[in-house]
Amino acid sequence: MKPPAFDYLRAGNISEALEGLAQQGSDARVLAGGQSLMAMLNMRLAKPKLLIDIMRIKELRQIERKGDAVVIGAGVRQADLLAWPDLAEALPLVALALPWVGHMQTRSRGTICGSLAHADPSAEMPLALVALGGEVLLRNARRRRRVVAKDFFAGMMLTARADDELIEGISLPVAKVSRFAFREVARRHGDFAIVACAAMRTPAGVRLAVGGVADVPTARDWPRLEGSALDDALNAFAWELGARDDVHASARYRRDLVRMIGRDLIGEVLQ
Amino acid sequence: MLQAVKSANPGHGDEPWVGRSIERVEDAALLSGRGRFIDDLGVPPGTLHAAILRSPHAHADILSIDPEAAKRLPGVAAVLTGSDVKAVTTSLVVGVKAPVECWPIAIDRVRYVGEPVAIIVAADRARAEDAAELINVEYRPRGAVVDPLGALAADAPVLHDGFPGNLASDRSFRYGDPEQAFAEAPYRFSIDIKYPRNSCTPIETYGVVASHDAGEDGYEVLANFQGPFSIHTVIARALKVPGNRLRLRTPPDSGGSFGVKQGVFPYIVLIAAAARITGRPVKWIEDRIEHLAASVSATNRATTLAAAVAADGKILALDWDQVEDCGAHLRAPEPATLYRMHGNLTGAYDISHVKVRNRVVVTNKTPTGLNRGFGGPQVYFALERLVQRIAIGLGLDPLDVIKRNLIGAGAFPYRTATGALLDSGNYQEAVARAVEQGRLAELKAKRDAARAQGRLYGIGFTAVVEPSVSNMGYITTVLTAAERRKAGPKNGAQATATVGLDPVGSVTVHVASVPQGQGHRTVLSQVVADVFGLQPKDIRVNTEIDTAKDAWSIASGNYASRFAAAVAGTAKLAAERVAGRLARIAASQLNVEAADIVFAKGFVASKHNPENRIAFSRVAALSHWSPGSLPDDAGQTIRETLFWTPPELTPPDDEDRINSSLCHGFIFDFCGVEVDRTTLETRIDRYVTMHDCGTILHPGMVNGQIRGGFAQALGAALLEEYAYADDGSFLTGTLADYLLPTTTEVPEPEIFHMETPSPFTPLGAKGVGEGNCMSTPVCLANAVADALGIADITLPLVPARLVELVRGAEPPPPAGGATAAPVREGDRRLRGEGQASVKGAPEQVWAMLLDPATLQSVIPGCQSVDKITDTHFRADVTLGIGPVTGRYRADVELFDLDAPRAVTLRGGATGALGFGSAEGRVTLVPDGNGGTKLTYSYDAAIGGKVASIGGRLLDGATRVIIGQFFTALARKAGGGGAEGGGFSLFALLAKAASLFGGRR
Amino acid sequence: MTRLKADSRHAVRFTLNGTSVEAEAEPRMLLSDFLRHQLGATGTHVGCEHGVCGACTIVVDGMLTRSCLTLAAQVDDCELRTVEGLAPSADRLGVLQQAFRRNHALQCGFCTAGILMSLDHYLARNPNPSEAEIRDLLSGHICRCTGYTPIIKAALEAAAELASSNKETSDA
Repeated sequence: MKPPAFDYLRAGNISEALEGLAQQGSDARVLAGGQSLMAMLNMRLAKPKLLIDIMRIKELRQIERKGDAVVIGAGVRQADLLAWPDLAEALPLVALALPWVGHMQTRSRGTICGSLAHADPSAEMPLALVALGGEVLLRNARRRRRVVAKDFFAGMMLTARADDELIEGISLPVAKVSRFAFREVARRHGDFAIVACAAMRTPAGVRLAVGGVADVPTARDWPRLEGSALDDALNAFAWELGARDDVHASARYRRDLVRMIGRDLIGEVLQ
Repeated sequence: MLQAVKSANPGHGDEPWVGRSIERVEDAALLSGRGRFIDDLGVPPGTLHAAILRSPHAHADILSIDPEAAKRLPGVAAVLTGSDVKAVTTSLVVGVKAPVECWPIAIDRVRYVGEPVAIIVAADRARAEDAAELINVEYRPRGAVVDPLGALAADAPVLHDGFPGNLASDRSFRYGDPEQAFAEAPYRFSIDIKYPRNSCTPIETYGVVASHDAGEDGYEVLANFQGPFSIHTVIARALKVPGNRLRLRTPPDSGGSFGVKQGVFPYIVLIAAAARITGRPVKWIEDRIEHLAASVSATNRATTLAAAVAADGKILALDWDQVEDCGAHLRAPEPATLYRMHGNLTGAYDISHVKVRNRVVVTNKTPTGLNRGFGGPQVYFALERLVQRIAIGLGLDPLDVIKRNLIGAGAFPYRTATGALLDSGNYQEAVARAVEQGRLAELKAKRDAARAQGRLYGIGFTAVVEPSVSNMGYITTVLTAAERRKAGPKNGAQATATVGLDPVGSVTVHVASVPQGQGHRTVLSQVVADVFGLQPKDIRVNTEIDTAKDAWSIASGNYASRFAAAVAGTAKLAAERVAGRLARIAASQLNVEAADIVFAKGFVASKHNPENRIAFSRVAALSHWSPGSLPDDAGQTIRETLFWTPPELTPPDDEDRINSSLCHGFIFDFCGVEVDRTTLETRIDRYVTMHDCGTILHPGMVNGQIRGGFAQALGAALLEEYAYADDGSFLTGTLADYLLPTTTEVPEPEIFHMETPSPFTPLGAKGVGEGNCMSTPVCLANAVADALGIADITLPLVPARLVELVRGAEPPPPAGGATAAPVREGDRRLRGEGQASVKGAPEQVWAMLLDPATLQSVIPGCQSVDKITDTHFRADVTLGIGPVTGRYRADVELFDLDAPRAVTLRGGATGALGFGSAEGRVTLVPDGNGGTKLTYSYDAAIGGKVASIGGRLLDGATRVIIGQFFTALARKAGGGGAEGGGFSLFALLAKAASLFGGRR
Repeated sequence: MTRLKADSRHAVRFTLNGTSVEAEAEPRMLLSDFLRHQLGATGTHVGCEHGVCGACTIVVDGMLTRSCLTLAAQVDDCELRTVEGLAPSADRLGVLQQAFRRNHALQCGFCTAGILMSLDHYLARNPNPSEAEIRDLLSGHICRCTGYTPIIKAALEAAAELASSNKETSDA
């Protein structure tokens, strides 16, 4: 279980990283915290010709408040964001979800953007990005672009990032007065979610975002619903997500959790 | 006590060291990074490293293996296939009488996912793995069977020609008069059990370093093997050398085993063969993926157990029907898992009449072997679930039914119906103390209160007998009495211990117990210190084994919980023998009778006149410096090796009664659990476990064994399962899918003890390490059954499996909305259908689909397309999903052509990451506007590496790609023609088949 | 920009338990293998090579790090701490190590190095942890021998002892 051979590029700045991506295209992978990619390399699921280590690029290590948004650079580790003093106030949903990401020993190395790039539909950060309607900041050697969360995730491990693009960071809206709730069910603490739910109050009512069920984290907005109307809406949503069976959970179990946890969280945020 | 020489304890009053929780001598090195595990040790210069190419198929013929590209890779010394290994070895022996072979590497055919197919030997491991990917193996898949009862079906795929069907053994036994007991009993209860597969998965994996001396045709092997050393004979025979030409050594430290490292032995044969063929030392360290897929596991078992029962709950007779699943090969010592408990099929109960049918089957799964509990979990799950069902059926308290059936306190030693001789115990007292000390009444009140609040709270009970120190002859119970007579007697269990005194009089002890963390060195230092009146720090203990130099026998090793009962006792006897001689020497020097000698505080002294004494070291050294000064009758005291085998371990008698183990501890457990109404997770509220393991040598370590066994049992009950799909694909190939308990799942069990010494062992000790692996899974299951009020409990208690039982039918989808695809348990085929509108006419689309040039231009990553015939194509394709990239060879044929209306495609693709096969039907209908309405359906199966280790993620990816493909198709065909691309059914199949993926 | 070619070995230098070390590695060499087989620091063990079991956990620049999910090349110029650096001297154990020995918090000792590194790192920053916090921290490690509860007890004891000795030091 040793990685295949690859070149290793320690990028000193963004343009060096972009140059590497431009040259090598789909044969290059960006190495950030490495908590997903390195395991895939060890198992030889991934076989890039070039690894581009971006963790020495200082400008990617920033967490910045820019007006109504927080911009989190590609080099920001999960533990860095958890330790950011403004987190609970500016990004309360992220503050709720981040402790569920892996374990302390993986959060210390893993990055926020790496988790998004990996696009595991059970992961917490993609769910938070979708729930909050954040944006992914992409850049290649020629241009920058911003992709909204729901367009970024294309499927299991598939994203809108082009082969020559680097995720420079993400932008998340600063919380206004909204109320948030987050809950996750996994086989064990720290495992990928069987179902993870995030709920928030919106001006028009409520938003529920669900991870672990469909191929991509999925958000749904409703006006204020109660009683059987809420039950019906949740039931319809649960079925639409197209849950599947695997070793750890059945589709039915997943739908049940969407219905039950969804109802609990919506109750919490609308209280 | 049997103690021949009295000893006291220097500096600590007269308290013996045995029985105290002293700090472990092992720990300082382990806590400082100075352990010496196999991969921490150096190897000879020039040692090569091996990697193993393994089967992605559960059952297939090997049509060809092309190692040439791999051999050409720089750094590669050799690539060995089954025929190369076969040329220098012979088959491993098989434990039943049948014309069946058992090779450690596939010969012409693979029978489980992970079976070795080739060994690559190279300068380093990474290069060996590089080369493994270049080996081209052509397989022809066969049907697979993974269920033990399914394996017995008339139409089941057959694994070995030498067995009738897949039935490796079928024996029936009868003890007492079970038929009459069942006929006369007022009640009959029966239960059907499917006990799952799991494994204790040590954190250190297997390791082997082997070399071969061609001059003497001798092998030297270092391996973290754990015994039993009866397997040494199996290895030597497979390597075609006498035992004295297989020098097998173990490293000083081993990172856990729990039985599992017995299973390294086929790899010892493989790596030794590789060393012989390459003429160089070869090292192999198993990786975790290999370990999970292909090391060893406990057996899974299908059991039907019936009981004849009186109205008061007294069990009058049992009728066992066990079908044991040993996986693809019957590897030594199997079918031992099935027979280890044969003497104990009545558990802790006094039941006179027993009927047994034992069948052993082979299936397309990894061969089984030793695992903590070894047969106990499978037996007690059936027996103790049945006891609960009897109680419910008769309206009795489950604890009352247990008590009604326990063996009486005055009955020991008690001979069970099936032949075990239970050495000692007082089960009633143990239960009473546990109920009192464990506060059962309080737990019941808690259950009542929780239920009053609508919570799902339950209590479970279990009583089990924990056997230890296996009779090396029990496995011959699988043979008939006539076959046994022919094969010669097998029985006993030789333990060895060597006590040596060096020229300065310091004491060294050696045993062949091969610990993997059980603190043997510490306990032996206590035992021997007590005999010599020294301190544990004065005794140096060595537990490494070297079969060329050390005393050992077939029973050597660390299994069947034999250390405390057999090995520590033998060390005591050896030390006492030396002490007896030292006493005679000292007596002559001190001018007293030998009977007057005591060993205390570092001196050998007169009991009556303690001032008349001589330093221990001085007496101890005398044999070296002045043998002439020894009294004539004393004999040397330089080194004494003692062998001990208990006479109670007799071979099976002509009626198949077998005393399968020497010692029998008793365990009574009860627990309270709560099942969460939303998540259906089982939370253990309190767990009480009462043990009587005879004399306790080191309380801290005994509790350590109990806690460790409890945690592994909790894993088996709630989390762990080696899951296989119906087609034999292995689904839990990483530690992200084979779920081990962590700190957030394991509570502290409340442990209580009672000590009834064993009359059969030198120290009165019995084994204790395996008991909770036997008692805890079923105790938790009984509690969950009580909480949910349900009769059928299957382990592990995956919350999703409880949904229907607890909640009934699901709310239906809204009218006109999505529906759920019907799902069969174990079915992991990917099915789908869809349609697309294409602007080109059907004829145009048809032509594109049959044109290789078009295919090549439109399939992403397509390297080449060869047209074998008009309807048969081959291609090389490189496909990627996110970072996961793989190269595949695809082969597609078209059938049922109905130009230009419809076609069926069938084909497959294989690559290093896995394989797929698919069949699809595509229909083209003119849409009336010059275009085509295309509809498709597909049915694909995907297996191999990715199914085992990446299934969760790649499952969905396959569907996404297929969906994207048709979107692109519609766009491209609409764009008009071949130049910009087109639609290819080939691409569809290549994608569907290659994108490997999901499970179930 | 530094680009290391796949098929050659390149010098890797860092500080290991306070001492400068240097050896060569191909870009693909894992840090766990580099420590063990290039530098002979075999106290860090490898249990799964996919980041789950925690046996290989060390500290890199103050961060808990799975050394099996890290390339040797990534830690060039970094400061590393491993189990070999925990004891105050070769013949003495530190407070945490002693607590492990006292509580039988290890059996085979294979997973122990990683657990010690997590605890050592954590207790230095969180001197008064609750049992729940220790359980949360150690859920990133797998031990198959002990059933965990003696480890948790040892950790809490060590925390208390470290806190009181720190208090004495600061009082003094």
